[in-house]
Amino acid sequence: MDFRFEIVQDYMPFFLKGMAVTIGVSLAGILIGLILGLFIALGNMSSNKLIRLPFNIYINIFRGTPLLVQLLIIHFGIVPMFMSPSDPLVSLIIGLSLNSAAYIAEIFRAGIQSIDKGQMEAARSLGMTRVQAMKLVILPQAVKRVIPPLGNEFIVLLKESSLGSVLAAPELMYWGRAAAGQYIRIWEPYLTVALIYLVLTLSLTYLMNYVERRMKTDDLR
Amino acid sequence: MISVKNLKKSFGDNEVLKDISLDVDSQEVVVVIGPSGSGKSTFIRCLNMLETINGGQVLIDGKDLTDKNTNINTIRTDVGMVFQHFNLFPHKTILDNITLAPMNVRKMKKKEAEEKAMGLLEKVGLAEKASAYPESLSGGQKQRVAIARALAMEPKIMLFDEPTSALDPEMVGEVLEVMKQLAKDGMTMIVVTHEMGFAREVGDRVIFMDNGYIIEQNEPTALFDKPQHKRTKAFLSKVL
Repeated sequence: MDFRFEIVQDYMPFFLKGMAVTIGVSLAGILIGLILGLFIALGNMSSNKLIRLPFNIYINIFRGTPLLVQLLIIHFGIVPMFMSPSDPLVSLIIGLSLNSAAYIAEIFRAGIQSIDKGQMEAARSLGMTRVQAMKLVILPQAVKRVIPPLGNEFIVLLKESSLGSVLAAPELMYWGRAAAGQYIRIWEPYLTVALIYLVLTLSLTYLMNYVERRMKTDDLR
Repeated sequence: MISVKNLKKSFGDNEVLKDISLDVDSQEVVVVIGPSGSGKSTFIRCLNMLETINGGQVLIDGKDLTDKNTNINTIRTDVGMVFQHFNLFPHKTILDNITLAPMNVRKMKKKEAEEKAMGLLEKVGLAEKASAYPESLSGGQKQRVAIARALAMEPKIMLFDEPTSALDPEMVGEVLEVMKQLAKDGMTMIVVTHEMGFAREVGDRVIFMDNGYIIEQNEPTALFDKPQHKRTKAFLSKVL
């Protein structure tokens, strides 16, 4: 196998640009997903069945269907209603946000429900409203517990953003496919792209481990 | 101060409180005893609506808890509660545990709330732990902080749900001591406990509950020395 490094070299500026886009859409996706996810988690934990229902349906749909299908529907079906022509980057960010929101909602729910119910009772018995108890007592404790699974979700999201290449969103995988098409080569572009993804996810893993260790020592105050 | 009329409470098909009626006067200390599963914890938790009430009425200081128009949060500020498992907030220092509700519910200024909290910590003998976190405290210390936290809201009534049951034996005394002082200061108290010595010494009235009913109630000496009901006798013969 002859590995033509000049292909990698030629395309490196595009790979780097694509990497920046990949990081950008993943960050946007996780941030919007966090806000939506918290909202959905709280809605899905309502004591009222009717309020719970739409949130529950949302979670089931977005977790139960492939992200690729969601992206295609969003890009070719929904976004064109508001924007023409639809921008693949916008569609990709919307898709990643809505999809991650469903997973993040479940992460938040698990985190909130893992807090001993005596905490809520103690807060309520002191006269706090449900919202005050959530904000002052439950969520600050839950946040610490959800950080590791949220880190995982971010890593998953970063990898899944490669599906944006199908919409021709100029992220990392898109440039990999472009190089493969231009040179009719497999190994050089795809291995390079894989390596860049690996560097990104491993750095994130390392960062998450660091944050977790810091939080552990925080606990030992 | 507290008036309970025909209180009923079920968990699904399981009726835990069948027909409870009870009046508690201001400054009275009522001790509730009974075998586990008798409904005594559920009963005390109904008094500040930690459990929803299925039937009957609970009046706290004249306000009806079962009335939909009653603001339960306002009533809860008047009814302090101490739990078996302390339920201190682990992410807050001892001082912040105590000031959290006064500052956010009573809208007290931080400085004022902290001064008050320090006063209460002194009262329970833990002023030097103000900046510590709950996990560094022993069980007995945690429970004394929990009492101070409840007192910071200046409640008119204090409910104690088995406050010493989760403690190592050598720590029970320090918590009971704080409770005794509180009773001496004239607090209206309802205490669910297995500490018969405390019931006898501090209680104005002892209530024996079994199977969702109040079986017998009397002054401590009378109830402990001359129980009238055979179930009371059977229970006391096991625990005394």
